[in-house]
Amino acid sequence: MEKSEARKSRRNFLRLGLGAGAATIAGLAGVKIAKGGEPADKKELTETIKVLTPDGKVVEVEKSSIMPPKDVFIDRKQAHQGIPGRKFVMVIDLAKCKNARKCVEACQEGHKLPHDHEWMKLYLLKDSDNSAPYWFPKPCFHCDNPLCVSVCPVGATYKRTDGIVLVDTERCIGCKFCMTGCPYSARVFHWKKPDVKVDENTPYSPEVNIPPKEGTVGKCIFCPDKLRNNELPRCATACPMGVIYFGDILEDTVTNGTETVRFSELIASKGGYRYMEHLGTEPSVYYLPPTERQFPWERGYEGIPDSIKSRYDNLDVIKETFHKDSNPK
Amino acid sequence: MEKTSDVILKEFAPQLENPSRKWWLVFGVMLMLFIIGIYGLTYQISYGHDVTGMRDHVVWGVYIVNFIFFMGLSYAGAILSGALHLMKTPWRKPIMRMGELITVISLLIGPCFILFCVGRFDRLHYLILYPRIQSPITWDVIAISTDIVGCLLYLYLSFIEDFAKLRDFKGLNVPAWKKKLYKILAMNYTGTPMQVKLIKRSKNIMAAMVISIAIIVYSVLAWIFGVTLQPGWHSTIFGPYFVIAAVYSGTGLLIVLMWFYRKIFKLEEYITCQHFVNVGIMLLILGAFYGYFTFSDYLTKWYGSVKMDKVLIDHLFKQYFWEFVVANYVGVIVPMVILAFKKFRTVNLITFGAVVTLISLWFNRYLIVVPTLETPFLPIQDNRLAWIKYTPTWVEFSLFTAGIAVFVMLMMIAAKFIPIISVSELTEKEEETENVNCAPKTV
Repeated sequence: MEKSEARKSRRNFLRLGLGAGAATIAGLAGVKIAKGGEPADKKELTETIKVLTPDGKVVEVEKSSIMPPKDVFIDRKQAHQGIPGRKFVMVIDLAKCKNARKCVEACQEGHKLPHDHEWMKLYLLKDSDNSAPYWFPKPCFHCDNPLCVSVCPVGATYKRTDGIVLVDTERCIGCKFCMTGCPYSARVFHWKKPDVKVDENTPYSPEVNIPPKEGTVGKCIFCPDKLRNNELPRCATACPMGVIYFGDILEDTVTNGTETVRFSELIASKGGYRYMEHLGTEPSVYYLPPTERQFPWERGYEGIPDSIKSRYDNLDVIKETFHKDSNPK
Repeated sequence: MEKTSDVILKEFAPQLENPSRKWWLVFGVMLMLFIIGIYGLTYQISYGHDVTGMRDHVVWGVYIVNFIFFMGLSYAGAILSGALHLMKTPWRKPIMRMGELITVISLLIGPCFILFCVGRFDRLHYLILYPRIQSPITWDVIAISTDIVGCLLYLYLSFIEDFAKLRDFKGLNVPAWKKKLYKILAMNYTGTPMQVKLIKRSKNIMAAMVISIAIIVYSVLAWIFGVTLQPGWHSTIFGPYFVIAAVYSGTGLLIVLMWFYRKIFKLEEYITCQHFVNVGIMLLILGAFYGYFTFSDYLTKWYGSVKMDKVLIDHLFKQYFWEFVVANYVGVIVPMVILAFKKFRTVNLITFGAVVTLISLWFNRYLIVVPTLETPFLPIQDNRLAWIKYTPTWVEFSLFTAGIAVFVMLMMIAAKFIPIISVSELTEKEEETENVNCAPKTV
């Protein structure tokens, strides 16, 4: 399909230069700039790509001179170490979100989550009576002051140097204190034996959290396995609207796959904010307000299957807009 | 009461001798309830926590409510019997042992509910293997285990003299193994001045320690809620509020037990109406405190306009209206009215007030735990009913009743094992002057 081709090529030039040995060219680090949409696999050897040097110049280099990322297995102990020199950040542009739910699907597929188990959740929010409703994708915020980490009695959840908060489901005792500690309801619990087909012999790494385990807590982990391979998290790659930007706050760069921008400029120009800043949890996820939208919010409701629609049926805004006749006031 | 201990022991002997048919009947019923609870637990272990009413938002339910409830009963026992002991309140003697037994028994039952709530039963030892001192749960593990040891010690200290009396008393018609057990447990206590002094001193030390540990443990329990940012939990008042509520519920339970033991063992001579009134007055004072704390907690939440507090209060008054009325109006007003007017102060009415206290305090804990979890910062948007509103299942209730059944069974066994009224305390002559003397020593 055209879309998947585009996604693949996007992934190819989105190597953020993460991890050891990713960018081997001297003086080259950081983000390579997006280039066209044509399939990249065929002309791999002769093709050149543009990369951004730390001093801001765009240089064209042969693609073959960039070392392909290695698939390394990160065990439970290694998972405590963050990816060196990194501090990840996510920016979610609410103006673009049309509730396509591709982020949720990709996340569930990628982490082998049961059907009713969502790490990425989509809310329909309306801040006050007179303000407009908007779709609100909510991953884990990977707070810099994470209450979930503070309250965990056995150190099963921890904060890494690269900003990621992970859960070690082989350590987790399932006390659920982190779930009450998290003010954003980011965490979910395996209430029963996860109904997914996973190879039993898959070695366990907290960086992917496969296979899911009964009686333990799970949450969005920013896909560190992808990051190590210089790829974007699954949700960002899957989003058809480019809602989710992901990058490195130390490099001051984020990308949604089609455009790469300065993080600070993006936040400054569009009025980016963090959700419930007043709680003092210092999230690593920023939001851009839903201004100058590409779609009316109603489109996000109309497009989803009935089984999902019913989640929002109790909301006043849905009742007023869609069920006026059935619910006379 | 000028009876010697032999006379009293003779009177109490039937309590300790072979259990009657009635005893076995009640015990059998309790055992049944206990077995149903065990069945519920195995059911939960084999099918996962899915069989409870808990889901992703309300992750703590009746189990945690029961944990707080039973722990509350236990600390109340500790504070009551400890404080009465230290203050040498003369009327404390016949009811002290009941308080101490409540403490230890509910302290053993309470933490079990945590085990039911934890998703990975099999990894519980990680709490000790990989503790993180930042976590209030670790504080709780340390505090509760200290408390269990302390309270058991205190209980045992108060038993030794009676064990010795039972060992020496010839008129007791009990099996040989029981006699032998008394002998071992009495630890060669013969009542030499040295032994008397040692027991007295260690009891005083333990009484003071048990009180302070009790306050610490219950505050830590409150901080498990207080340290989170959740609306309704993030409150500075929670520590003292929990302690007061705990003592309140424990006093209620003490009165209920006084009523039962008095009735069953015909102890009207020892536990008089005056005892009910005295403990009842404590209940009255504690009820006033409890009402005051509850009021100030909810008033400040309601009066200001922090959005989440408002959402919570709305939820409480809409979804939990009757529970709220029972927990925070009935539970304060009924016991207070009964005890405030002299003509209502009968044994049965006071006991009724105490039962109301117990029930309302259970609901109070329910209203602390559940509604807050149902109103998270990000509103729950779900079409699965169980995810929106918590409804406890039979599994949770089976374990709740099993908890009560175990409490009753242990109380029954304890009363078969040792007189429910401390014989040594009754016959002991208090040397009131020794400690009251504040004047500098002139001798």
